Amino acid sequence: MANTAAPLVELKNIDLTFNPGTVNETCLFRDFNFRVDRGEFVSVVGSNGSGKTSMLNLICGTLNPESGHILLDGKDITKMPEFKRSQRIGRVFQNPAKGTCPDLTILENLSLADNKGKAYGLSRGVNQAKKEEYRTLLSQLHMGLEDKLDVAVGSLSGGQRQALALLIATMTPIDLLILDEHTAALDPKSSETVMDLTLKTIEEKNLTALMVTHNLRFATDYGTRIVMMHEGRAHLDSYGRDKSEFDVDYLLKEFTEISIELGN
Amino acid sequence: MNIFLGLAETVLREGLIYGIMAMGVYITYKILNFPDLSVDGTFPLGACVAAAAITGGINPWIACLLALAAGAAAGCVTGLLHVKAHITDLLSGILVMTAMWSVNLIITGGTAIKQFFNMPTIFNGALLQSLPEGVYKHRQLIVIFLIALAVKLVLDWYLATKSGLLLRAAGNNEQYVTGLGRDPGTMKIIGLAIGNACTALAGCVLAQLNENADINSGKGMVVMALASVIIGIALFKRVPKLKFVTMAVLGSIVYKACLMAALQLGLPNSYLKLLMAVLLTVAIVSERLGGKKGGAHHG
Repeated sequence: MANTAAPLVELKNIDLTFNPGTVNETCLFRDFNFRVDRGEFVSVVGSNGSGKTSMLNLICGTLNPESGHILLDGKDITKMPEFKRSQRIGRVFQNPAKGTCPDLTILENLSLADNKGKAYGLSRGVNQAKKEEYRTLLSQLHMGLEDKLDVAVGSLSGGQRQALALLIATMTPIDLLILDEHTAALDPKSSETVMDLTLKTIEEKNLTALMVTHNLRFATDYGTRIVMMHEGRAHLDSYGRDKSEFDVDYLLKEFTEISIELGN
Repeated sequence: MNIFLGLAETVLREGLIYGIMAMGVYITYKILNFPDLSVDGTFPLGACVAAAAITGGINPWIACLLALAAGAAAGCVTGLLHVKAHITDLLSGILVMTAMWSVNLIITGGTAIKQFFNMPTIFNGALLQSLPEGVYKHRQLIVIFLIALAVKLVLDWYLATKSGLLLRAAGNNEQYVTGLGRDPGTMKIIGLAIGNACTALAGCVLAQLNENADINSGKGMVVMALASVIIGIALFKRVPKLKFVTMAVLGSIVYKACLMAALQLGLPNSYLKLLMAVLLTVAIVSERLGGKKGGAHHG
């Protein structure tokens, strides 16, 4: 399947300025270009304010560029609202609360997610016949959630919620999985578990993924390509090269050089 | 004893009528987290629609449907102002509430109180006339109860549908709805339409009971509905299997009973709205304190 030459996401000549016309005006992207090919699993690292999350927000439609074009599978989606892009994009956030509904039960959350792409009409919201199927899915997370179908998601731990959020984001077929520092708010053990689960999901479903992380080890260990962002551009990019050249030591050295440049 | 029964029936009658509104406000306030002030305008809207329709020779049950539709339309306006024009939730409600004053006057033809005495209403239909005397006496309560029951069943059913589940998700986590490829704004508009449809229906039923529509009848409706919802949930949330929608109606009955008790104990009528505001304040504060306790258990 992995057709390496076909671009899935393209950012073309993107300009983005925060607070334009005010004293706080900050230009983040100037003529920024980036592409993600189908089948890639890209890890993005970089300091705060380097443009990592803004890049994800541009792709998802949370932010709109002043100029430039965003293409998904060859189609221009620059003007498409965020909720419409979500039809083909799954996203897991840093905050586990963002990917689930706390007051709804696991069963209700899964039922809603299972229906993505179809009409939300006046048929029964929860299909009891699917309970078994959901139990099987949940048991693959190895978190004991299969026995908690009728428990409100808000009472689960952060790790459990994030695993559930990952399951929900990838439940229906998507083109692209966006991972927005999705292990940053978890304890070390939970983040390992969620990271393993992420890799398994990506491989099983053959997904293209774009992951932003502050964890350099995750960035080097996981994924097929590594990118280091700095001041709104890709400072390093293993695109077309052997990713193993980019180990943690090398990344740390680059990081330090960037920081010195900034006078930190 | 007879006096007491009479008072109890009045409390039930009024509690159920305002309970219809409270069920709608449960959707906007509790599910969508939207303090909707437009109900102060859509309650009399339902009353005015009823008066205009019935004096125009329209069947009183059709008048109820027209009130529902008018309330839903007004709720949509509140929703559109908030979602599409990005006006804050409170201000969107105030705008519609203010606009409704004129709309209601236009509907009644410019009079503040439009009477329709001895005209057909839902309380004097041919079917009711055929009831035995002992039952006929209570016809108002029976009709109101049946309408409230119908609204409850429809809302319970809707909230269990896919659309209803998405509505609950929209109030809980907008980002989640966006992630499902749906516009959370649309769900807000739908919720506000339902809330105000219920409110207008309540106004329509009250107008038919009184055989007149009073454009001032909306004053304090927000306070009354919110208090009913909060009191109902606080008092009845531990009852197993009881639906939130039902708690809202029960809250409305309890609330009306409190007001009635205060009046019977000699509170002058002019203090009523003050008491209403105090009751809501007490309800909100005790809800918050109760919530904190619950939160501590949680951690």
